[in-house]
Amino acid sequence: MIAFILRRMLQSIAVLLAVGLVAFSLFRYVGDPINAMVGQDTSMEDRALLREKLGLNDSPPVQFLRFIVNAARGNFGLSYRTSEPVGRLIAERIPATLELSFCAAAFALFIGIPMGVYTGLYPRHWSSRLFQAVSLIGISLPTFLIGILLILIFAVSLHWLPSFGRGETVQIGWWTTNFLTISGLKALILPSITLGLFQLTLLMRLVRSEMLEVMRTDYIKFARARGLTNRAINFGHALKNTLVPVITVTGLQLGSLIAFAIVTETVFAWPGIGQLFIQSVQFSDIPVMAAYLLLIGLLFVVINLVVDLLYFVVDPRLRSQGGAARVSGH
Amino acid sequence: MAAASNNPPLLEVKNLRVEFPTRRGTLLAVDDVSFDIAPGEVLGVVGESGAGKSLTGNAIIGLLEPPGRIAGGEVKLEGRRIDNLPYEEMRKVRGARIGAIFQDPLTSLNPLYSIGRQLIETIQTHLPLSGAQARKRALDLLKEVGIPGAESRIDHYPHQFSGGMRQRVVIALALCADPRLIVADEPTTALDVSIQAQIIALLKKLCREHQTAVMLVTHDMGVIAETADRVAVMYAGRIAEIGPVRDVVKHAKHPYTKGLMGSIPSLGVRHDKLTQIDGAMPRLTEIPPGCAFNPRCTFRGQRCMVERPNLMSAGASRAACWLHDRGGVGAPVTKELVDA
Ligand SMILES: Nc1ncnc2c1ncn2[C@@H]1O[C@H](COP(=O)(O)OP(=O)(O)OP(=O)(O)O)[C@@H](O)[C@H]1O
Ligand code: SF4
Ligand SMILES: [Mg+2]
Repeated sequence: MIAFILRRMLQSIAVLLAVGLVAFSLFRYVGDPINAMVGQDTSMEDRALLREKLGLNDSPPVQFLRFIVNAARGNFGLSYRTSEPVGRLIAERIPATLELSFCAAAFALFIGIPMGVYTGLYPRHWSSRLFQAVSLIGISLPTFLIGILLILIFAVSLHWLPSFGRGETVQIGWWTTNFLTISGLKALILPSITLGLFQLTLLMRLVRSEMLEVMRTDYIKFARARGLTNRAINFGHALKNTLVPVITVTGLQLGSLIAFAIVTETVFAWPGIGQLFIQSVQFSDIPVMAAYLLLIGLLFVVINLVVDLLYFVVDPRLRSQGGAARVSGH
Repeated sequence: MAAASNNPPLLEVKNLRVEFPTRRGTLLAVDDVSFDIAPGEVLGVVGESGAGKSLTGNAIIGLLEPPGRIAGGEVKLEGRRIDNLPYEEMRKVRGARIGAIFQDPLTSLNPLYSIGRQLIETIQTHLPLSGAQARKRALDLLKEVGIPGAESRIDHYPHQFSGGMRQRVVIALALCADPRLIVADEPTTALDVSIQAQIIALLKKLCREHQTAVMLVTHDMGVIAETADRVAVMYAGRIAEIGPVRDVVKHAKHPYTKGLMGSIPSLGVRHDKLTQIDGAMPRLTEIPPGCAFNPRCTFRGQRCMVERPNLMSAGASRAACWLHDRGGVGAPVTKELVDA
């Protein structure tokens, strides 16, 4: 198992290096960074000096190495747009995105999984059919449309909820949170639903089909023959056996929640890193874009690692396979 | 039979019918099946694939898979009707009064739970025992079914056991609450031939010790001859013959049973040997009128083509065949007549 984890970590590092290479090549192929940093009237000598100072005359491998080492230290240089350190820009924005993604994920998990279990257990019930039909809408409507519809109904027509921004936030250290004020919590509702709806329907449909599959297995039939209660069978034996695929998808979806918060943040003017990214694309603010890319890469890699570890927790067959791998590894 | 008739039967199945509603009409998969099992008795059930053996067993334990349903008849356990119990009532019977063992030990156990956990949850579902007491009982059961090193094995997961060991665990699970009847549906078919005999011997020994009756579904006539007290032979959803094992194996009364046993038919005049039956069992949608076996039967007469025989006395057994009726099978049938 330890060998397995080490192997996965090496793979993760390789993936991150690849992402780093993409981010690094942004610098080299999207215009000359010097032009973006200096004014029109800067002399050629000053430009050359700056170029030398930034190490832009070094060979590409040396520059890449420096980029990676700096990135590992959280140092992404200065934003072309605001001349602030990129690290600080991102740190300012990331709480908004993480809180939004967290709420969207909780919404998707705590509603999607029970709905999936229910529709899987009673596939013929009219309410299951209704859920199935409605979930098709959730899957097929684009996120921005859902967001705009929600704004129209709950903000414009009913005036129940705000249509943009985070509301009042509370500062805890460097972290700003929505969770401690009423207006902050209210501001979270619409964007979370918008962001989480797709994942909710996806999870529901996944759990449903896994559940249908598991309920047909021999061990469920045998569990019934042993006279176990429905609750023990449905939520113990059956649900646990649907977990491996659910964990996989949930993990991947969590990553994409954060990555694709871009659309939702734009629709709701949510001051997260997605919005920051859009702004930096408009300004060709390469350091921010590169940092964003690396951050998302890191996120996916970490989530995948956690997902792999969760497999071991859930499935004893993998635990001993890992053991076998370790034996054969020697 | 004579000895068993003194005590009331443990299980009584009367005129059981199992149907499947389909788009093209209703399939009658188990048709008018009746039999008893006495306390502690082993009833073997044999028959070709599709004869309705598993459906009969599943109907008894109340686990027919929809859309299959009991369409008629009744099932009584210890004098109490169980075929019409509400789900929750029947759940308390399953595992407690009736245990079940299925064909494939590799898939009968939940792969994500240790065998100890599966045993303990079954025990605690049916018996008012504390966690420690239940674990003790689980250990005893594992020892009883012959799992070596039960103390260390109890926390292992199913995939850490061989097929034979898993089937032993399944037997332990079926015995958790000391049921009075075990429905064992081909408990050894999926196992290695070398292990089959061990598992059957174990089942036989445990059921004798616990005075548990068994309905043993199998394709293996050797197992039946060695294990069962009585045998029921099923054909196309009906019982063709039922009787004491020795009579059915040695002096089969139904032409189909004779074919199954590969015996020399004592009633035969046209053939001197019938080791194998030509043709296949008809599909449920194509059961012929009269005796369902008539297309394959070398003894058939005109009567067999139109009138369906019910079980009737035939020596020590009962057989559904006009040969044992005073009226006989009627005039001979020519081959051409059938094909027309
Ligand atoms: N869900 C179903 N829908 C329609 N027909 C079914 C269904 N399940 C079983 N049957 C039919 O019922 C008949 C009896 O099936 P059953 O499983 O009892 O046979 P069996 O005697 O146990 O055979 P085997 O030896 O292969 O296990 C078969 O002909 C089968 O086609
Ligand atoms: S009733 Fe007729 S067809 Fe059926 S088994 Fe007996 S002899 Fe053969
Ligand atoms: Mg069967």
